Amino acid sequence: MVPAATVPRLLGAGVWPRPLRPRPLQSATPGRARPGGRTLAGAATPAVSGPEDSADISDKILSEPLKHSDFFNVKELFSVRSLFDARVHLGHKAGCRHRFMEPYIFGSRLGQDIIDLEQTAAHLQLALNFTAHVAYRKGIILFVSRNRQFSHLIETTARNCGEYAHTRYFKGGLLTNAPLLLGPMVCLPDLIIFLHTLNNVFEPHVAVRDAAKMHIPTVGIVDTNCNPCLITYPIPGNDDSPPSIHLFCRLFQTTINRAKQKRRQMEALYRLQGPEGLGAGVQGSAASPSLGA
Amino acid sequence: MAASRVSCAAAASYRLFLGGRVSLARRQGVWKAAAAELQTGAVFQILRLRHTTGVTTKKNVAALRRETYTVDFIKKQIEEFNIGKRHLANMMGEDPETFTQEDIDRAIAYLFPSGLFEKQARPIMKHPEQIFPKQRAIQWGEDGRPFHFLFYTGKQSYYSLMHEAYGKLLEAEKHQNQLQAKGLFSEKTKDLIGSRWLIKEELEEMLVEKLSDQDYAQFIRLLERLLTLHGGVEEEFVQRFRRSVTIQSKKQLIEPVQYDEQGMAFSTSEGKRKSAKAEVVVYEHGSGKIKVNGIDYLLYFPVTQDREQLMFPFCFLDRLGEHDVTCTVSGGGRSSQAGAIRLAVARALCSFVTKEEVEWMRQAGLLTPDPRVRERKKPGQEGARRKFTWKKR
Repeated sequence: MVPAATVPRLLGAGVWPRPLRPRPLQSATPGRARPGGRTLAGAATPAVSGPEDSADISDKILSEPLKHSDFFNVKELFSVRSLFDARVHLGHKAGCRHRFMEPYIFGSRLGQDIIDLEQTAAHLQLALNFTAHVAYRKGIILFVSRNRQFSHLIETTARNCGEYAHTRYFKGGLLTNAPLLLGPMVCLPDLIIFLHTLNNVFEPHVAVRDAAKMHIPTVGIVDTNCNPCLITYPIPGNDDSPPSIHLFCRLFQTTINRAKQKRRQMEALYRLQGPEGLGAGVQGSAASPSLGA
Repeated sequence: MAASRVSCAAAASYRLFLGGRVSLARRQGVWKAAAAELQTGAVFQILRLRHTTGVTTKKNVAALRRETYTVDFIKKQIEEFNIGKRHLANMMGEDPETFTQEDIDRAIAYLFPSGLFEKQARPIMKHPEQIFPKQRAIQWGEDGRPFHFLFYTGKQSYYSLMHEAYGKLLEAEKHQNQLQAKGLFSEKTKDLIGSRWLIKEELEEMLVEKLSDQDYAQFIRLLERLLTLHGGVEEEFVQRFRRSVTIQSKKQLIEPVQYDEQGMAFSTSEGKRKSAKAEVVVYEHGSGKIKVNGIDYLLYFPVTQDREQLMFPFCFLDRLGEHDVTCTVSGGGRSSQAGAIRLAVARALCSFVTKEEVEWMRQAGLLTPDPRVRERKKPGQEGARRKFTWKKR
């Protein structure tokens, strides 16, 4: 599901100075030799030249979450029942249905499409897990939406979790021509979350295509009239009802805050324990991956 | 001489550095001299950037963006300004500690007298913050993350202002709904006379960002919608975007009433029109006689139009036969003399009349001196506007 080209970009998250384009995995921090690359499963490279403690610690911090399937325990944040209560299953009328959304649709009642919440739950878990990993690695997350009804809410959500939002008119080359529009050494977002994939004229948002061009992974809530093709982690669900959007905003905010808190905890843990206690620390944290609040 | 050559080299190489093409012919000599100098190897001075606006052709205007002044450069300019201020104070023999900006302006005007009409072309010495345009520092930190949560929109200050204003609107609506539910709804009219919304340029200056007309209109509409709600607490927020407007009529000068030997009340004033100057004495009680340069106005102004001009201020105030006028006038022609006397009479009448009537006179245009003067003839034309006859062949 994850395009291969996004992997080097993601694994470059948390590395400063950030490469604007996905470069081969050469670490730019001096004094850090990385002989091999990272594998997809995230196993640490076996040969590290020189006893660099900080390099060890940061490697451990970054590799630890990748060994668990749900390190941040995002499953407990929602349930199929809570999605149903928030009216996430309600789609548009059958005439508005997009062809590529047919696999995600459970059925149609009185002409209105109903989205399959079992699939939604699975997709949502993957998407939230991915978001949490990106936030854990201090990636830049951009919330994009062009629905005026929820613009204020989304901007507030982004501000509350310390990330960024763009719910205004999207200028043409913002992602593809960023050095000209935003500044010479600007960093692009590492993840774009679409709360509404369509713009005000019911066409796919330009950022979907541009993010795919710039190899930026995307998470998006796709309604029955949206095109889920270019979105990395689509979440089939309702994007028009207020309870639904409130639920999704709450979920994203909680996930991101959780991931950042976990990162702070891990850094504090490894700094306290030092290089000797690395082995013990790893086992200690692996036993309890879930956070308290 | 060497210094000027080096500076020319620096200026030319600044253009070289930016890749701009020099288009003016008179700079070719400098270009060649600079090229020769470069080849001889005087490199150490060349990389000192001069912040002069380089000569650019149309193609390079897009490439050459706004000059960015580094923070160190501005700091150095401020230090140089402070040192220069002290030198100036010593030169003028004043105390360097209490040398204000007005003193600086006066000293510069004294030391560098300039006859240029364009005020902004005259020599000035002001604090660098007023001269160099305000610019944005780098918007992101060491780790590459931008500081502002709306950075990726492009216009972060404007959109954050809209976000804040909309938040206040929602709060005000909620508050109003609560009041209405309780039944404590009260009509409140806000007094906005004497202030105006700030214009687009002022808003751009406040936000240090370029705005479009639609953005500005949207913002003003949002603020007006905020005003229509009776939230109450948002007045300070809205007042930040209003500027006071001074009403012109309050500045009207009213002459004092004087009394002569017989106890008659009169008032004197002057008026000008084109090159005619008039001085007028209006007596409070009279029978409507007007004397111009010792001659009755019927004989001095044979044309009816000029006499009507003299009578108009009295006619406007319905005091046609109540005042006596004695005036002296010189210069101009018959029409401009009449206009000058009219202005002077209107000004003199202000002292015998109520404030509302003065305001009415001002609105009627009786108290405004006519600024029209004869337009000069231009070369290549027959008159000020008339061109020579155009012949096809």
